[in-house]
Amino acid sequence: MDDNVEISVKNLSLWFGKFQALKNISIAIPKNEVTALIGPSGCGKSTFIKTLDRMNDLVDNVRITGEVIYKGRNILDDDTDVVQLRKEIGMVFQKPNPFPKSIYDNVAYGPRVHGIKDRKALNDIVEGSLRKAALWDEVSDRLNESALRLSGGQQQRLCIARLLAVEPNVLLMDEPASALDPIATSKIEDLLYELKREYTIIIVTHNMQQAARVATHTAFFLLGELIEYASTIDLFERPRDKRTEDYVTGKFG
Amino acid sequence: MAVRTLKRSRIKDAKGTTIELILLLCAVSAVAAIFLIIWFIFSEGLPFVLEAGPQFLTSSIWLPTDSFSDGSWGIFPILVGSLIVTFGAIGIGTPLGVACAVFLAEIAPPAVRRVLVPSINALAGVPSVVYGFFGLVVIVPWIRGQFGGFGTSVFASWVILSIMILPTIISISTDSIRAVPREYKEGSLAMGATQWQTIRSVMIPAASSGIIASVILGMGRAIGETMAVLMVAGNAVSIPNSIFAPVSTLTAQIALEMGYAAGAHRQALFAMGMVLFVVIMILTGLANLASRRRVT
Amino acid sequence: MPVKRREMVPLALLWASGIATLFILIVILAFILANGLPLVNWNFLTAEPSVWGQTGGGIYSTIVATLAVTGVSLAVAGPISVGGAIYLNEYTKENFLRRIIRQAAEILAGIPSIVVGLFGFLFFVIYLAPYTGGWSVLSGGLTLAFMVLPISLRTSEEALKTVPAELREGSLGLGATKWQAITTVVVPTALPGIVTGLILGLGRAIGETAAILLTAGGALNLINSLYDPGRPMTLHLYDVLTEYRDTSTAYGTAAVLIIAILAITFITDWLMNRYTNKLKGL
Repeated sequence: MDDNVEISVKNLSLWFGKFQALKNISIAIPKNEVTALIGPSGCGKSTFIKTLDRMNDLVDNVRITGEVIYKGRNILDDDTDVVQLRKEIGMVFQKPNPFPKSIYDNVAYGPRVHGIKDRKALNDIVEGSLRKAALWDEVSDRLNESALRLSGGQQQRLCIARLLAVEPNVLLMDEPASALDPIATSKIEDLLYELKREYTIIIVTHNMQQAARVATHTAFFLLGELIEYASTIDLFERPRDKRTEDYVTGKFG
Repeated sequence: MAVRTLKRSRIKDAKGTTIELILLLCAVSAVAAIFLIIWFIFSEGLPFVLEAGPQFLTSSIWLPTDSFSDGSWGIFPILVGSLIVTFGAIGIGTPLGVACAVFLAEIAPPAVRRVLVPSINALAGVPSVVYGFFGLVVIVPWIRGQFGGFGTSVFASWVILSIMILPTIISISTDSIRAVPREYKEGSLAMGATQWQTIRSVMIPAASSGIIASVILGMGRAIGETMAVLMVAGNAVSIPNSIFAPVSTLTAQIALEMGYAAGAHRQALFAMGMVLFVVIMILTGLANLASRRRVT
Repeated sequence: MPVKRREMVPLALLWASGIATLFILIVILAFILANGLPLVNWNFLTAEPSVWGQTGGGIYSTIVATLAVTGVSLAVAGPISVGGAIYLNEYTKENFLRRIIRQAAEILAGIPSIVVGLFGFLFFVIYLAPYTGGWSVLSGGLTLAFMVLPISLRTSEEALKTVPAELREGSLGLGATKWQAITTVVVPTALPGIVTGLILGLGRAIGETAAILLTAGGALNLINSLYDPGRPMTLHLYDVLTEYRDTSTAYGTAAVLIIAILAITFITDWLMNRYTNKLKGL
């Protein structure tokens, strides 16, 4: 397999009961790049990324066919260690979901459940993660305050820091800025730019300007189908499919 | 290619499975508890009822002894006593309870609600023996002074029980009024209806199933109440001829006689417990039926 | 909104009903506290009750008996109810089993205490006598556990239900196992609600009399072990009234019970507010 591919999806279809949410998706996600998934609401893009770390396991009546190859293995196999997988492929959710604990305990949460108890080591991880998430300067003097007292944008960066603390390879982001104001959004976007040096990032967004600003590759989903997948510049400036063109030029969506 | 059902990871996780099994046992214990109670009550009570026959419910003569053949086993007056006491309490408690629920859900300012809600919880928490005590030292002497007789009477039980069932009626009715969709109320107010018209013709009808359920559950509470009734009812096994006459109930009679009952007598008391259990099951079933039939 | 004249009567009646309910509570509490509190002093709480047939004396052994039966019931019903609630909310979807168990808890909560007492008498006092000591605080406490269980189960389940799904996703998304997510995020978040359920169960156990009457034995001596018969405060209140007509000890005991119940009401009210605030980050 190509060394520059992190995750390779082949013929992925997914049903919730009788409803087919994903139709025969094949896509190769490049390593250490930001890949954006765009499309109107209900097009399957969120379902798609949830499949990549098996969060759809939490939903009833899910059926799935196809392959998701990560590190040479099909993660959809029954014998996948889901806990380990989710450690390596982490997700940031649409709505910031910090735990009702202190800022410190939020970031230390992941390392703790994975068995790190040493205070010094935890301190280093917390500081490092908060720095990487560009939050350290804002919270370093109040690590013991409840995370729920942070602003929405800070909460979202805290959730990113919390994720970085478990040292993942891949970051899945499900519309991470949709609940935030423009200033907080631009901070998140700057952060993505920094993070892609170390991580493979897949971001779901329905904000096309955002996709254009942060992503090197963009995939356009419609009604559960992957319509077009190309470099971001090509997709926006030279779309091959009429439906992509209609969407990116704002004719619908 | 195989179709996968991603219900849960099938990776071997012995610890997780053990935990899940223990938790399942905890959850199922509630069901097991009921079967255990049914088994023990019925194993003692049912043979007695079968031997005594329908007379057990219809005869008016209650002369318990240790051996079945020597005694007389009619609980009719006790059964009637339970019903009189229960329906009277419901009759007094329902208007007050439902009105208080409407007040709490629709009218009370937040500050009043902040006081009233914990007060109702406190009312629910007061031990029944304390209600009985209050009845015995306040209500009973008052009745004796005003109306003569012993004071321990049907009326005294009505007063005490109607207070004791208030929290049940109020809390369930309040919940069901609160659960009425806001659009109903807004729709009514938008058409120019006043607050009281809206309450009377929209809110109460829409919440009626929950209100009925609350009254039925209050009835269950009243018929099952023991200590307070035992202390204020007078416990005479005869059908009362006035509301100021003493009365006995199933619960009070069991509590009173279990201390010395043996043999057939004890079985008879278990049979009375069985009757109580069946009545409560029927009431719970009715309450469920009522609250399930939502106005749509 | 201006109130029309025609409206004033029904609205006034509704206000009156709210005030009446409050008034009833205040009258009962005030009456008992006014008569009982002057009798409650250190000596009353720590002295042994007087011997048979005499009035006066303290209620020490009855307080100990109350703590013993309550402790046994919570020790048994607490873990089972919280475990059961966790199972219902975290391991099952809305299904048949869940409906059955919720229904069972509802029925269990509705069974009259005297009937539970009959059961406890037959099962714990007679059938399991070699293990419970017959009439004993252990038998009483185990019987009460059947009444505490449904209260605590339902309250805990409600509390767990209000924990936002995003917190579970957040935890699992970081690679926590299901059990880790439950113990480190779900239960801590719902803890005030779970504790409220346990305290409500405690209140039920402290106030219960009829079931105790048939199972705990009623001996006035200070218990040495859980296998001894004992007489909790509620039973003592009933006995001193009906056996000795000792109204003053009854007032004192009732006042102590009322204070316990009021404390429980305030603590649960405070905890539930804290819980709501916790989820808001205050």
